[in-house]
Amino acid sequence: MADAPFGLLAEVTHRCPLRCGYCSNPLELTRRAAELTTDQWRDVFDQARALGVLQVHLSGGEPLARKDITELAEHAAGLGCYVNLVTSGLGLTEARLAGVDHVQLSVQDATEAGSDAIGGVKAFRHKRKAAEVVRAAGLPLTVNAVLHRRNLDNVAALVELAEEWGAQRLELANTQYYGWALRNRSALLPTRAQLAQADAVVKAAKARSPMEIVHVVADYHDANPKPCMHGWGARQLTVAPDGAVLPCPAATVIEGLGLENVLDRPLAEIWHESRSFTAYRGTDWMREPCRSCPRKELDFGGCRCQAFQLTGDAANTDPVCSLSPHRPLVDEILGSRGEPDALRMRKVTL
Amino acid sequence: MTGHDAVPRVRRGVKVAHDDVRGSDVVLFPEGVLVLNDTAAAVVRLCDGRATIADITARLADVYAGVEPADVVELVDRLRDRRVVDLDG
Repeated sequence: MADAPFGLLAEVTHRCPLRCGYCSNPLELTRRAAELTTDQWRDVFDQARALGVLQVHLSGGEPLARKDITELAEHAAGLGCYVNLVTSGLGLTEARLAGVDHVQLSVQDATEAGSDAIGGVKAFRHKRKAAEVVRAAGLPLTVNAVLHRRNLDNVAALVELAEEWGAQRLELANTQYYGWALRNRSALLPTRAQLAQADAVVKAAKARSPMEIVHVVADYHDANPKPCMHGWGARQLTVAPDGAVLPCPAATVIEGLGLENVLDRPLAEIWHESRSFTAYRGTDWMREPCRSCPRKELDFGGCRCQAFQLTGDAANTDPVCSLSPHRPLVDEILGSRGEPDALRMRKVTL
Repeated sequence: MTGHDAVPRVRRGVKVAHDDVRGSDVVLFPEGVLVLNDTAAAVVRLCDGRATIADITARLADVYAGVEPADVVELVDRLRDRRVVDLDG
């Protein structure tokens, strides 16, 4: 039997007031009418805790778009889970932090003008206010910035902003190319020079800052793939707004995976027995060059979703790996770029 | 090197709990979980911002045989690296 998961990413809604072009949610978003009800989410949390989940990430979309978010947070907290609210900050008030243990607040750039331009909404001032609310409530705050061509030159200022806003943690995560981000890849892909400069800034900031700084590297430019999810069906599961249970938040892109829904089958059965969760669990599914690779327990062959998106077969080695026979596909994407395309804003879902 | 007079304190936002599913004490914190063995759990529960490493060692010695201050220092340093505890002094 597989080990129990530690984390549940609960995508309680796809609705979001922001229009970030780097969003990794699917292009076809779940509509409000198809979202799980309050009672259904409570049941998901009950099942998740019984399965072993200790961290519940309330995410989306914008989780605060749900009127029942406080009920959901308090229910998860009452089960003994650590509750993380992953938010844009819009609509955050002290009352809505009941049951929440930690807040992860997104910011799109280091300045009001830059951040609002990337998010497509005047949100920056609300974010700064949200950080104050979190700090006043005595909760730990993580500031999260997704990095790309448009803001990578401002990493030093992002570090300063997170310190000024009282963050304990700062996540600087280079864009992962799924959903809208894949569609906007040409506009978002940074240059090597930008990445090198930002790497140096992050390294210096890590040595200096009291904050914990988590840096998610740009995998297209790397020789090794990311250790996606620390292995398929190993530590965390995602429940989408409509109850679909995903081994990885991007797993809807893999055709024929046979995703199942928590409304149809118990969560524990889906985790332990379903085809979607067992397909790439462990290392038995691997082909060469992964099968005989000394790094196979370190990076797990990279990302199944990326392998599917770029090579058409999720069982292939992640093509960003320098050992993958498909690596030329990635080099071509990196090399064939003239002027980047314009950034297409995401549609608003209500 | 962490001294025997250092005072560890569980950080703000960190929860120590018992997980019935795994039958272990656990530490929960932003984006992290640590599953503790019995000794580690006893140490974490004594990181109250008042007891020194020497105090914690003495209290553990009442329950567990052969606990040395160096063992407590090693564990506390690991907890500090994971940002579960801060050290005063």
